[in-house]
Amino acid sequence: MSLDVSLDVAALRRDFPVLEREFHGHRLVYLDSAATSQKPTSVIEVMDTFYRHTNANVHRGVYTLAEEATAAFESARARMARFLHASTPSEIVFTKNATEAMNLVARSWGGAHLHEGDVVVLSLMEHHANVVPWHMLAAERGIELRWIPLTDDGCLDLESLPQLLEGAALLSVTSLSNVLGTINDVRHLADAAHAADALIAVDAAQTIPHVEVDVTAWDADFVAWTGHKMLGPTGIGGLWARENLLEGMPPFLGGGEMIRDVTVDGFTTNDIPWKFEAGTPPIAEAVGLEAAIDYLDDVGLEAVRRHEIELTGYALRALHERFDDRITTYGPSDLSIRGGVISFLLDGIHAHDVSQVLDEDAVAVRAGHHCAKPLMRHLGVPATTRASFYLYNDEADADALVESLARAEKFFAV
Amino acid sequence: MPGLEDLYREIILDHYRAPRNRGELPSPPATRAEGFNPLCGDEVVLTLQVDGDTVTDLLVAGQGCSISQASSSMMSAAVKGKSVAEARQLIRAFKALMSIHESKLGGEGDDAGTEADNALDGVQLGDLEALQGVVKFPVRIKCATLAWNTLEQGLDETSPS
Ligand SMILES: Cc1ncc(COP(=O)(O)O)c(C=O)c1O
Repeated sequence: MSLDVSLDVAALRRDFPVLEREFHGHRLVYLDSAATSQKPTSVIEVMDTFYRHTNANVHRGVYTLAEEATAAFESARARMARFLHASTPSEIVFTKNATEAMNLVARSWGGAHLHEGDVVVLSLMEHHANVVPWHMLAAERGIELRWIPLTDDGCLDLESLPQLLEGAALLSVTSLSNVLGTINDVRHLADAAHAADALIAVDAAQTIPHVEVDVTAWDADFVAWTGHKMLGPTGIGGLWARENLLEGMPPFLGGGEMIRDVTVDGFTTNDIPWKFEAGTPPIAEAVGLEAAIDYLDDVGLEAVRRHEIELTGYALRALHERFDDRITTYGPSDLSIRGGVISFLLDGIHAHDVSQVLDEDAVAVRAGHHCAKPLMRHLGVPATTRASFYLYNDEADADALVESLARAEKFFAV
Repeated sequence: MPGLEDLYREIILDHYRAPRNRGELPSPPATRAEGFNPLCGDEVVLTLQVDGDTVTDLLVAGQGCSISQASSSMMSAAVKGKSVAEARQLIRAFKALMSIHESKLGGEGDDAGTEADNALDGVQLGDLEALQGVVKFPVRIKCATLAWNTLEQGLDETSPS
């Protein structure tokens, strides 16, 4: 029996209008989905329709239009809750992005629970979004940060985890590294954290667009995500957290929406999740996000994941075959624990120069430190070039990358 | 559409492959200045010796893309042996070179252009003019100016203007 779950990439590509663009006479080869994904027509159109047809502020008006807008907004929350297998929509707090979600955890939960000398455990592969909020808290109140080291092939080195977790209040880690592609075993980490009486926060910004996530099966406490990497619009992301945790957390930002009552003497807070959503939320963005989730569900994340494993393997083989020992790629060689991310260095050519040549061939990759400077320091490189894949990429894109890199090599040949 | 040849002129690639004045002077007595481009990790470390009014020696260390490294190599060749005043004039002229096109590209008013023209007036940029093509690639301008900002920092330390 053959399970045919392969993606019809050519058909999918037609759903993404930007992929029709050409630059410098070449079709766009978009290999930067780890930075942000492209958007399907369904997402673009549903937002357009919302503004033309349904736009009003939410939770405020009694009129029918406002009711419709509120229903659309809350429907997106419920959709996201189902997508993550959350037990109730009130566990979904909308934020601007994953960064704001991590800041919410640090400010609200951390602000209430962490005091001088308390320990937060991070890893060396974290995005700055899961580093700087903790540095800020450390500077303010002297919490201690501990770092999980990495193995040579870019996995978490868990040997010292029990010691690192000793007396820790929180383990905060990424579930998929945006530089190495490493997929971490969240359930294992959650069990270790809980065994040490610590909570676990997961930066799932790179996982949720590509791998089916069940927050209950993960047994996580906090999960941060961002809409624009999962085919949705910019300006919306969020935090999932266990209901009882959210209930006990103080508000994050203050303003409208998040209050029950305000007097000259003070205020009382709204119920969760609105308690954490001060001001007018990203309403049209929520509507777009729901359409993005529908799209991902229609395609099927299992098929997406399988496609990305195949494509990543194909690209890695092609790169190593073509450039041999002149290329260094980072991250695990075991594709089953690797997402569609390939960071690399081409011998003697700086990442910026590589991506400049690639741009001439309309191959869009990212060059730099990828907002993961502790990791770059650990790797001992100032910058890498990163190609990242999504459901609309295929082997022709990987081939274009290899050909363009060959041109860069030739151009800069000594 | 500007091509790669506009950016990577032969003389730039030459400086990149065979950088001049590489290394570090012992400091002290030399003054040390570090420039860093946080966006891309380009790094320029200058050690410069100023005797009286003259930049008598200048070495460059650091790492980065071809533009940042070639620009620092070309800068070192242009500045070594010059007076501090001449070096500062070169800094102004080079920055003007980097902004003149920018403003023209951006279609802004003439003011920036005139100001830039003044800074460039009568200054011999020589090989440095090869870096002019960088302005057609706005994200790379910072790579080209890094060495010059670092030089300015170093000069400010040794000989405050
Ligand atoms: C692993 C990881 N965490 C967090 C973020 C932050 O996402 P956002 O910029 O949408 O807040 C990113 C995006 O680059 C990421 O890759």
